[in-house]
Amino acid sequence: MFIIRKKSQQNEEFLTLSEGQLMWRKFLKHRVAVISSVILIFLYTVVIFANFFAPYGMLTSYKFHTYAPPQITKINFFDKEGNFHIRPFIYRQVAARDPKTLRFVYKDDLKQKDYIYFFVRGEPYTMLGFINSDIHFFGVKEGSLFLLGTDIIGRDLLSRIIFGGRVSLSIGLIGVIILLIIGTIVGTISGYYGGWIDNFIQRIIEIIRTIPQVALWMALASIIPKEWPSIYVYLGIVIIFGLIGWAGLAREVRGKVLAIRRSDFIYAAEVSGASASRIIAKHIIPNVLSHIIVIATLSIPIMIIGEAALSFLGLGIKPPMTSWGLLLTQLREVQTLKHFPWLISPALFLIVSVLCYNFIGDALRDVNDPHSR
Amino acid sequence: MGLFSYIVKRILFSIPVIIIISILCFGIIQLPPGDYADAYAAVSASTGGGSVSKEYIEQIRERYGLDQPFWIQYWRWVKGFPEGDFGIAMSLQGTPVTYILKERLPMTLFLNFSALIFALLIALPIGVYSATHQYSMLDYILTFIAFIGIAIPGFILAVFIITISIFWFDSTYIGRLYSNEFIGEVWNMDKIIDFLKHLPVPIIAIGIAQTSNTMRIMRGNMLDVLKQPFIQTARAKGLSEASVNWKHAARIAINPIISRIGVYLPEIIATEMLVSIVLNLNTIGPLFYDSLIAQDMYLAGTILLVISIILVLGNLIADIALALTDPRIRYELT
Repeated sequence: MFIIRKKSQQNEEFLTLSEGQLMWRKFLKHRVAVISSVILIFLYTVVIFANFFAPYGMLTSYKFHTYAPPQITKINFFDKEGNFHIRPFIYRQVAARDPKTLRFVYKDDLKQKDYIYFFVRGEPYTMLGFINSDIHFFGVKEGSLFLLGTDIIGRDLLSRIIFGGRVSLSIGLIGVIILLIIGTIVGTISGYYGGWIDNFIQRIIEIIRTIPQVALWMALASIIPKEWPSIYVYLGIVIIFGLIGWAGLAREVRGKVLAIRRSDFIYAAEVSGASASRIIAKHIIPNVLSHIIVIATLSIPIMIIGEAALSFLGLGIKPPMTSWGLLLTQLREVQTLKHFPWLISPALFLIVSVLCYNFIGDALRDVNDPHSR
Repeated sequence: MGLFSYIVKRILFSIPVIIIISILCFGIIQLPPGDYADAYAAVSASTGGGSVSKEYIEQIRERYGLDQPFWIQYWRWVKGFPEGDFGIAMSLQGTPVTYILKERLPMTLFLNFSALIFALLIALPIGVYSATHQYSMLDYILTFIAFIGIAIPGFILAVFIITISIFWFDSTYIGRLYSNEFIGEVWNMDKIIDFLKHLPVPIIAIGIAQTSNTMRIMRGNMLDVLKQPFIQTARAKGLSEASVNWKHAARIAINPIISRIGVYLPEIIATEMLVSIVLNLNTIGPLFYDSLIAQDMYLAGTILLVISIILVLGNLIADIALALTDPRIRYELT
């Protein structure tokens, strides 16, 4: 000890760190995973306070702005005379009907400058059930601001993406909790007790895993009655994800528990008279926990994509609620995407969040791997 | 004969599994409240066909035995299996399910299989390259692309590809598996050429996620294998770098991938279903979707069962392939 202490200050610090601190340090070394965490925290914050961050309401439609193109590329600091403005602005978007197609054609009115303000007053809302306000994070005082364009009935796409993110991002989290509870309990029982219980559970898991997941999702999602309100449909989908996904986790947990079950400290606990429930709760679960967390993190993106797929097919979330998958439904008509390419933007949010979860999951797996220490 | 008895054992074991799955499949399809007759009435009313009379609904119910209890309906479905009779598709004017599957299944299998081969053919060489040139610029780029490939769901990629091809390329060959004029025609040279031109989009859309996945796994495996002493021995013998990488390392590194084919299959089948629905391909994906909406239980149940059986067989084949390529496993079996 003395020699090591003399060698370097760093080593001494290393030796006194707890397991958790060591893991945290290793996680911080995965630069991409850290960035991913920041992005996810940002996305979740925006989504939780959706009413504040979204410039418009989820269902507010502007009938003179149907299929308006995105204005995010038109934010200016310099006007056409070349004068600099410290406050960014956009030229007002004005619509005219194309005499042939009767579709709206949009032009910028170079005389009208709409300045973009932060904390601007707009539509009133009630956030999270108790905050009444009309202040939005950003917006214009006059005219309109559709950063990512609008949809078929003139609803701001960015606002809808932010509100839809509530469903898309939460379904993975809640689904994973259900999956964790079932998977951990079943896996632990199977691994701890062994014998016919283990055999029985393993056969069930095998059978569940034999039926392809997406087909099972589709079949179960079609059970949800069409006349149910959106919120029940949402809960139904979450439960379906949880009920189908646990088999993989249970199998992995079982393997880990089986290995730990044979180790000396479990025998020691048994000999000293600890009950089975105490051994499971105090000795086994803490040892498999980090493994469970890795699998859970990697299951969330699968559920996010699953929800998107179901909603995209019209089997998932239904209006008036919305989700990223549901927003993409408009693209099932090939022509739509050709004329209104900005409608693909929900997919980018989907891909970014899935990518972030994958990066974090990979980093956690690495952190958790004792061989890489 | 170790391998042979192993295969027989596996097949015998999978029979009860398939029976239980068939009960499960039928049960799941039966779960929704109401039945095909109700769905028929609802569709007919909503598409302007006018409301259907109560007597007609009862007639449908009686004809297809929808008023019978679960087990009797299940038995009616199952008892025809040995003769290849999977019931009739009520939503398709009572066409036998077998007939529809005969039409769709070969194409489905072909697409899935091609996507799998595509994924392996692209991913394995890239994986080996990435591992042997670890931390090179190209390695970073390829790894990053692989990550994105995993994150993009196949059905969204299909939408992307459709858009890109409409904007920049000749869009005649996007969507469907052959052009309109070939529908219902016998396979001749023109139709095959037309078919091949339609093929790349669905195969890329279906295979891309697995390509990315395989690439990453192959890279990891290769890195592990390259650290082993026998590689050092091979180098010490004076073998060329290509020979060391491809003949010695890659052959070992590929084994975990073969055993993973059982994992790939369900994912490829799932992506294929979604992509087919987007691209409107005539495989069983869109068929399954339609039959679920119409609550056509014989058709939906049979499709679910058929996919499950494909998976069981796929797993079996993967295990056999692994036993054939890895001598150590063959030894364990005897």
